[in-house]
Amino acid sequence: MAENPSVPQQTTPSRRRFSWGAWLILGGVLVLLAVLGIGVIRVQRGIQVGDPIPPELTLHTFDGKTYRLGDLKGRVVLINFWASWCVPCEEEAPYLQQAWEHFQGREDVIFLGLAWTDTDDKARAYLKRFGITYPNGPDLGTRWAQVFRIRGVPETYVLDREGRLAYIKIGPFENAQEIIEAIYQVLGEG
Amino acid sequence: MVMRRWLAMVSFLMLVLSVAPPVRAETPTPLPPPPGTVTDDQVNAVAKKLYCPVCENIPLDTCGTKACEEWRELIRRKLAEGWTEEQILEYFVERYGERVLAQPRPKGVHTLVYVLPPVFIVAGVFILWRTLKTWRTLKGEAEPEAPAVAAQDLPEDPYLRQLEEELRNRL
Repeated sequence: MAENPSVPQQTTPSRRRFSWGAWLILGGVLVLLAVLGIGVIRVQRGIQVGDPIPPELTLHTFDGKTYRLGDLKGRVVLINFWASWCVPCEEEAPYLQQAWEHFQGREDVIFLGLAWTDTDDKARAYLKRFGITYPNGPDLGTRWAQVFRIRGVPETYVLDREGRLAYIKIGPFENAQEIIEAIYQVLGEG
Repeated sequence: MVMRRWLAMVSFLMLVLSVAPPVRAETPTPLPPPPGTVTDDQVNAVAKKLYCPVCENIPLDTCGTKACEEWRELIRRKLAEGWTEEQILEYFVERYGERVLAQPRPKGVHTLVYVLPPVFIVAGVFILWRTLKTWRTLKGEAEPEAPAVAAQDLPEDPYLRQLEEELRNRL
């Protein structure tokens, strides 16, 4: 039985073509693409009703108080993103204050205002101008905005008693009643 | 009498020197410029290193929105208060997040921005080198192989054998 001397010579190049280095690079590129793909999908999906919101999110208000979302479980939380330079925010500001006053007697509803990419003095002047009394503070490091993936202001989100997202409003409210109804709906009293 | 007068004068001088505040060869700390003296160029030098999240892909020094105007005004105030550029950038990062920086800092995920391009370049050069090496090896192996195989196929007849060889040499 004569051996064919050409057989080993044919297999050598194919073995080289798929060396460990090539597999390593291919694997690295695939992992990177997967990470990028997941990131793109998450950004495109955005936040949706029913999504849990991280309880560690904390608001440090302009008057020195601190509100941590995890501590507000059991309460319906309205979160409003606004800015002093935003004209539609000015339109809805009185409605938010009216709705807040409507729920003043209740312990299970709280409003939180977040000044997005705003300067402190302008934000304070805005709150004073519209007589807003519910807790408000800057979105430090835009951490809240990144969690809610906001694309502009005003945007409003309502969390249920379990801390899950229950209602989304992109753009300004047209009247106080719209806000009040949204809250009652989340409270299960609508 | 003269000696006494001299002693009194020396004593007086020593007393004055011991009470007088020490003179230091320090350069005086420059006072922060009063408000209004910060120029637009100074503001823009800091602003061009920042991006406002409201207007994507437009640096703060050229953005015309109200939000960016307010940010530039904030930079002007901070400069007037004597803040350094680094302090102002740090303040903006703390307030508005790392994403406001035109040039991300090599921290956390942002490190990838600095690490990945050289890694890709090195990997690309490595792949190119490997490919060229493989081609060269294949070429080197293929050349001696051809006559070896052909030699087996040479005819037994000496005349035909010579003819085949000459034909191959001509080609």
